[in-house]
Amino acid sequence: MKAGFLARLRAARTAGRPVAVLTRLSDGAQHLHPEDELPAALAEAAREALANDAARSLTEEGVSWFVQPYNPPLRLIVVGAVHIAQALVPMAAGLGYAVTVVDPRRAFATEERFGAAVTLVGDWPDEAMQGLAPDSRTAVVTLTHDPKLDDPALEVALRSPAFYVGALGSRRTHAKRLARLAEAGLSEAETARIAAPVGLAIGAVTAPEIALSIMAEIVARRRGAEIGRLRGAEIGKPREAAPAP
Amino acid sequence: MSDQEDILSTAADWLAAGETVALATVVETWGSSPRPAGSQLAVTASGRLAGSVSGGCIEGAVAEAARRSMADGQPQLLDFGISDERAWEVGLACGGKLKVFVEKLDAAA
Repeated sequence: MKAGFLARLRAARTAGRPVAVLTRLSDGAQHLHPEDELPAALAEAAREALANDAARSLTEEGVSWFVQPYNPPLRLIVVGAVHIAQALVPMAAGLGYAVTVVDPRRAFATEERFGAAVTLVGDWPDEAMQGLAPDSRTAVVTLTHDPKLDDPALEVALRSPAFYVGALGSRRTHAKRLARLAEAGLSEAETARIAAPVGLAIGAVTAPEIALSIMAEIVARRRGAEIGRLRGAEIGKPREAAPAP
Repeated sequence: MSDQEDILSTAADWLAAGETVALATVVETWGSSPRPAGSQLAVTASGRLAGSVSGGCIEGAVAEAARRSMADGQPQLLDFGISDERAWEVGLACGGKLKVFVEKLDAAA
């Protein structure tokens, strides 16, 4: 790879543009999709690699190529700059997510509490969420416990293609939330998408443990893992229900 | 994935600092390979490593091969985990097979 090509690739990555590198395996010649003009079959392979977010190799007219997609990072939008968010943010960043924390309460959403690696948004959640426009590579989790803040964020998230929408709160809290969202005009199909109580049932107690259960659920959803929330709920049955050790 | 970005950034930083750098990329896998296609390892002539192309089984051999690409500028396509008379005796304990493309980062141009 030539330094100039690496610079072009990094510039696209920095700008958040999805690009793919095509390498001819016989001699290492490289092209950048979609910036370089390519034969139709190669351009199609690059589009496919980006859509599946998976590298692939192919042989075109007897020549072997390797196609490496570089999608912008997955995004996690956290509503509520609360204690659990402080544990969740570095964990998500470590897993490769670009993290945004939304909280209009200035005392909470401070760089001192979250470091410089995260984007802090102080707008009201509905406005903030519309600006952030969750896409199919975005996860959203609400943590404020306050319907005034959580609900407007959920209303936007549930009407977006976000691949995961989770909301902190007990079953009882969630039942009330569902009633409010129905009243606000969301359909049952839309509200059924909410992961609540949020996270895999690993018996999490502390803020970092809850953050771990949320991240595990997000990863499972993203990867289409069979471990679902129902199965998690079984694993997390109350202690007394489990057989004696 | 930021994983990729970190390795590219690291490789670019090393290059900018005057190191000789090679990049190894998993291009194809069969069976239970530990890292998917697209996984990358950056190596310098001075012995620095970033990223991975396996669970640690073949990084040493890849780094060794990378030295050759760094010396002559020629890319290489390496096969691992194939139990025939290939020069690459380093196998994958997990029984997987994979191909790794090794290229020098060319500071010129």
